[in-house]
Amino acid sequence: MSELPPREGGKIHRAISRARLPVLVLCLVLGIWEGLIRGLEVPGYVVPAPSAVAQAFFAGVFSGAYFPDLAITTLETVVGFALGSLIGLAIGIAIVVFPACERIVYPYVVAIQTIPKVAIAPLMVVWFGFGMTSKVIVVALVALFPVLVNAIAGLKAVDQDRLDLLGALSATRWQVFRYLRFPNALPFIFAGLNTAIVLSVIGAIVGEFVGSNKGIGFRILQANYQLDIAGAFALFAVLSILGVTLHAILRFVERRTVFWTAAQETHRP
Amino acid sequence: MVFTRGGRAVHALDRIGFEVADGAFVAIVGPSGCGKSTLLKLVAGLRQPTKGRITLYGRPVQGPRADVGIVFQSPVLLPWRTVIGNVMLPIDVLGLDRPSHRTKARELLALVGLAGFEEAYPQELSGGMQQRAAIARALVYDAPLLMMDEPFGALDAMTREQMNLEVQRIWSASGKTVVFITHSIPEAVFLADRIVVMSPRPGRVLSIIDNAAPRPRGLDDMSLPEFNRLVREIRQLLGSQGEAGGPH
Repeated sequence: MSELPPREGGKIHRAISRARLPVLVLCLVLGIWEGLIRGLEVPGYVVPAPSAVAQAFFAGVFSGAYFPDLAITTLETVVGFALGSLIGLAIGIAIVVFPACERIVYPYVVAIQTIPKVAIAPLMVVWFGFGMTSKVIVVALVALFPVLVNAIAGLKAVDQDRLDLLGALSATRWQVFRYLRFPNALPFIFAGLNTAIVLSVIGAIVGEFVGSNKGIGFRILQANYQLDIAGAFALFAVLSILGVTLHAILRFVERRTVFWTAAQETHRP
Repeated sequence: MVFTRGGRAVHALDRIGFEVADGAFVAIVGPSGCGKSTLLKLVAGLRQPTKGRITLYGRPVQGPRADVGIVFQSPVLLPWRTVIGNVMLPIDVLGLDRPSHRTKARELLALVGLAGFEEAYPQELSGGMQQRAAIARALVYDAPLLMMDEPFGALDAMTREQMNLEVQRIWSASGKTVVFITHSIPEAVFLADRIVVMSPRPGRVLSIIDNAAPRPRGLDDMSLPEFNRLVREIRQLLGSQGEAGGPH
């Protein structure tokens, strides 16, 4: 070819060539899986064949049966994630701005964090009911910690030179926070949010497992009870898609917000 | 150290006494570790002395002050602000009028040779350009005194010479008093009207040498006999203290 391909075309071409190997591996694994199930005549209620899972998945998608439950689980995940992240960020800021908070509040935050959410979830159902509120709170508890830890790290990791720069201008504590600490912490905070969003999906499912009559988690339990293992696998795929999509949206927002770290990445070979 | 301003002489930093005339260019030269940077941080109010007192322009230095502009060893630009955003940072912090200073920031960026880079981000600039932006930032709030702490130490020799010419030009155009800290003897002699030579630790003033060479000085002036005589004199002063000043 004598002409250079247009930039966008090049981008898509690169993406395809990068995706080629993982897709190939996936096809190979699915092929072997399918072959083993058929060859060894494994019953569908033990391990389903990929074809059966695909059938269940597309049946669920095209009948629209997934969507009411997916909407509920998504809403629980997103609202809980937003709530937990905001609280985590607020505690992180309080700890950095008022160092006394670190001694008073932080040990308890860590203590609460060490309690498995599966153990707390039933209590949340008792306190906040069978509906969405209890799930949102479980998700918020899960999402809070990674955001908190990263926010503290980012707000503290400020160059002495940059502090001197603002110090020489007699900047107030609030100005140092606004012009330096907070923007400086944003890449850290996004690292915490990226962890939190994936954990949030898990939190929503844990909440739904413990007590609910709606949502993808509830459907998974139902499928298990009915020995519809192919249906359960299909629901796992739905959850994966949810998690990957939410993560991708967050990454998009991250690249727009903390563009300066992305710019540094492109300088790497 | 003694700074004069409006005819008043004020003693600062005990037993380190020298005068800086208003609008003059003074270089402080000395080996690494003689306390040059500490001196700057004390005068700027960024560090408190353990003993003694510092006065500048007739007032004791008790904390940071807005009548000193500082250029640090590294540019210290914020990567999330554009070049002009970085130059405007002191205006935002000091709460000065933004629109009028934005015009001024543009003029200063043109003065330091960064016209057209206002909306670029610091990470898109070279090291020399970043340090120019830092100089514009130190000038924007119109502090009468500009303190520069080995601003070109990280640059290669050729860029450094170009930056020295730029500093001379910016200094004559802005009319500021400049205190320039360096460990390069030729750089000090090239730039300054007055060179304060400091000893290795504990930092004391060994000698104060005036350089009356006419301005503007060109890079070729560095091969003049008078230039070399001054460089040699300072090197001998430092050499007698058991440490050479280094070739640069």
